[in-house]
Amino acid sequence: LMKAAAFSYFRPSTLKEALDCLQSVAGAKPIAGGQTLGPMLNLRLAKPEALVDLTRLKDLKTFEENATFITYGACLTHANFEDGLVPCAARGFMAKVAGGIAYRAVRTRGTIGGSLAHADPAADWLCALLALNTNVTLSSGSGKRSLPLSSFVKGPLAADIRLDEILTAVTVEKPAPEDRFGYAKICRKTGEFAEAAGTVRRFADGRVRLVSGGGDRSPVIIENGAEFITAGSIDKERFFALGLSSDLYGNAIRAATLQRALDESFAK
Amino acid sequence: MENGIGARMLRKEDDRYMRGRGQFVGDFKIHGMQEVAFLRSPIAHGLIKDIRIPDEVRENVIISSDLLGVLGIKADTALPGFKSSVQPVLASGKVRHVGELVAMCIAPTRAEAEDIAELITLEIEELPPVTEMLAGRQPGGPLLHEKWGDNLFLSTSIDVNFSGLPANARKVTRELRTSRQAMSPLEGRGVITQYDDRLGQLVVISSTQQPHIVRSGLAECLAIPEGEIRVIAPDVGGGFGYKGILLPEEVALAWVTLKRGLTLKWIEDRRENLIAGADCREHHYVLTAYADETGRLLGLDCQATVDAGAYSAYPFSACLEAGQIGSILPGLYDFPHYRCHTYSVATNKPPILPYRGVARTGVCFALEVTLDALARELGIEPWELRARSLVRPEQMPFDNIAKRHFDSGDYPQALRRAVEMIRLEDVRAEQAARASTGKMTGAGFAMYSEQAGHGTSVYAAWGIPFVPGYEQCYARLTPDGGLELRIGAHSHGQGLETTLSQVAHSILGIGHDRIKLIHGDTAKTPYSTGTWGSRCAIMSGGAVAEACEQLGQRVKQIGAKLLQARAEEVRLNDGFVEGPRGRVAVPDIARTWYRRPQDLPFDADPAGLEITAGYKAKRDTGTFSYAAHAAKVVVDVFTGEIEIADYVVVEDAGTLINPMIVDGQIYGGCAQGIGTALYEEMTYDANGQPKASTLSDYLLPGPTEIPAIRIDHMETPSPYTRFGQKGLGEGGAIAPPAAITNAINDALAPLGAELLISPVTPRRVVEAIARARAGSR
Repeated sequence: LMKAAAFSYFRPSTLKEALDCLQSVAGAKPIAGGQTLGPMLNLRLAKPEALVDLTRLKDLKTFEENATFITYGACLTHANFEDGLVPCAARGFMAKVAGGIAYRAVRTRGTIGGSLAHADPAADWLCALLALNTNVTLSSGSGKRSLPLSSFVKGPLAADIRLDEILTAVTVEKPAPEDRFGYAKICRKTGEFAEAAGTVRRFADGRVRLVSGGGDRSPVIIENGAEFITAGSIDKERFFALGLSSDLYGNAIRAATLQRALDESFAK
Repeated sequence: MENGIGARMLRKEDDRYMRGRGQFVGDFKIHGMQEVAFLRSPIAHGLIKDIRIPDEVRENVIISSDLLGVLGIKADTALPGFKSSVQPVLASGKVRHVGELVAMCIAPTRAEAEDIAELITLEIEELPPVTEMLAGRQPGGPLLHEKWGDNLFLSTSIDVNFSGLPANARKVTRELRTSRQAMSPLEGRGVITQYDDRLGQLVVISSTQQPHIVRSGLAECLAIPEGEIRVIAPDVGGGFGYKGILLPEEVALAWVTLKRGLTLKWIEDRRENLIAGADCREHHYVLTAYADETGRLLGLDCQATVDAGAYSAYPFSACLEAGQIGSILPGLYDFPHYRCHTYSVATNKPPILPYRGVARTGVCFALEVTLDALARELGIEPWELRARSLVRPEQMPFDNIAKRHFDSGDYPQALRRAVEMIRLEDVRAEQAARASTGKMTGAGFAMYSEQAGHGTSVYAAWGIPFVPGYEQCYARLTPDGGLELRIGAHSHGQGLETTLSQVAHSILGIGHDRIKLIHGDTAKTPYSTGTWGSRCAIMSGGAVAEACEQLGQRVKQIGAKLLQARAEEVRLNDGFVEGPRGRVAVPDIARTWYRRPQDLPFDADPAGLEITAGYKAKRDTGTFSYAAHAAKVVVDVFTGEIEIADYVVVEDAGTLINPMIVDGQIYGGCAQGIGTALYEEMTYDANGQPKASTLSDYLLPGPTEIPAIRIDHMETPSPYTRFGQKGLGEGGAIAPPAAITNAINDALAPLGAELLISPVTPRRVVEAIARARAGSR
């Protein structure tokens, strides 16, 4: 089966209308770029009664910047970041990650908010933004709440979001100018979800945060990353001992992505 | 002649394709057309106990018991010991693979038809499935077709003086596998059926590469005369063998249209293609190669098993893969001792069918990878081992140990050129100076030949539902001097609209803009077994040439009359009939014949300017294109990532009609071969459930996975074909798994790791290295 089951379709133009719609229509689900939900609808793995299309909500396609943070509207597309149409909180790091997501066709439709809300463990944004200090804002009829990305993601494909909530914004704290970043992933072929992905953030004081993602396990944050690095190399034995993957290959590619991310962080 | 045989002319058909103006089955809009979705078995092996259909949709649903008078699909062979299967149009009683058709749902749109399918409840009593061919070969397990007593469609044996093998021969034995693949043309299958009351014909518009064969198959299953069926194959987005199969879907739609008069459409979606469509390539080998101390090949001993799936599909049967292994395993080599047993095993999976390269891809992998292992065992360069046993040019034509008749070629030269092009010496130097970067370089070679355009004698021996005979072309001059060519074969990516135009142009001198190729319609074209086996350049090319020659004679006769010359005094040159006292243009001759017959003398030949002519090659055992492929790879020994650093093809397909189209065939074939080598794998769990149902699970190589392939052409004409051309449509897909795997094994040799399965995935590389380090293969 490859054609979606029937659903109602709403395309509100304000956030309030969208939230009302979610609250009043039973079985309604928000849709933004549709790069994940679209195929799930067609495979009939998702059968919502109604879709609430967020792509006309102008507020979700803007950004706000101050000295400390940039807050991105959830409906900004990966291509918006890749093309530099919005400022990057981390001196090009986000633009680089965005430019590597799937294919250009996916990037022109897929959104940062949709990607995070789906909490796919193999998605690039999730693994990359966990190295930054990132908060997500969830809006509902009863107000807003904001929580760190690390606690928003509960597990693979599971996020702390209620049926009446919309992820409306992603707030990224600007890192110190001395911080250095790297991101690398291993995919079987271009455009596929990552089998392994690694993010490295080197802080000015010598601390290193590692994020190891990809595959079907939610990304793991390693705050004491420096302890896994010897002379500029990931200490494979120590890293393997973490047991992030159940087999040799999984651990090897996880370590390799971290090594490549580390190398990239030194290249800048 | 400009843009005749041998010209690198741009393809005529690409204008419409590049502008998105091709007309595929999915593009037809017909008033009142309804759409079909199929409910398919979710169980690999089981007994249907009940199909519950809600009353309100009962009229929209067709199940097996509704299909009165429809026969199942049978594709028997004449091979001794072959066991027959019947593939039901809609399953009744038993289901034998996941995805088998159970019910047909009809609605105004596909989505609504899928809604209906979701309302049906199936009750199936599960039986233990056969999912592994080696286990399925053994007695005592579950049976697919109970009356057989085992799961063997066919077993074959060949033994040529194997017992004469010297006792002191050096040898290696390897167990190898090629994984099951889903056939993956860009466009899937699709069919529209409607009834033409005026002509009293069922019209079947189908994405097929063999329209005339589909017509015969439909007539047999529906038990109606062939004259009451017209099959149209419009633009078709790639065939590769997948579009040769008569589908139960086609029969089901045709029956409903006949009984109810409805116009129906079914377009295969990618999930149906992956789960239920025909598969290919799943082979297992235990192969021993014998040589003397110098590396000269003495013999081969092989047990080959092919997972043939649940049914023998129409028309190529369940046995074309395994049935050919015995005869193609000897490759391009000349050696004295040979033994090969093959087994075609029925399993609870979709039928396996010939895919571009047919059995050769697996056979080439098994043989060429084993030869490299033998070379390593003997401590000589793999290419040198090959060179010592290749059939030499002075032996041509050559009948090999399995009685294949190689028509022409210089195999050793192709290999030497490949060794030079891949710069083997540089690779060896790089390896010697290897730094400990964790990346290892290797080079690998593979050779094959490709039998093409094989005809009557070959297929009569197999005895499958069709046997190719003579190939026809109908040619007609239009009243204004244009040329219409009609052929029964089909062009769906091969560029026949261009190459056959080049053939006609080189004979009649008519401009390409005035030559039109009409194909893909049983009502308009001469009968043909269609497009398969890389036969069209040979057979349709030969038929077009013959028709144009004969038409040229007719043109000359009329031209001679107009020039008041004798027929033997005139000649056809560059679009004119030239006589001793002047010349007349071909369009003027056409205009005279059709529109001013009063200008013709009384004794003009009444046969006119349209003609059907036929062709058969001087020998019907086929042409043998061949090639040496060489790959250079860089393997990351830590992650198993494989980079194809260079890939070269030295190819000899005889006289090339359009070398640019030949290059395209090679590039496309190699892309498919790289899919086999590194990506594509359709796996099943122990319950017979396919583990890939979308293209995110079933990996096909994309443009970013294909390196820049370098091609070198040799052109040794075939002595048996019209222009010396040989078929070459499949070769690109044959050698890459072997060449790339040999390169990987060459890279990993210092670690003692060896890969013996395709696809070679990064995980398999990492695991092979780990096993080698742990001290076991």
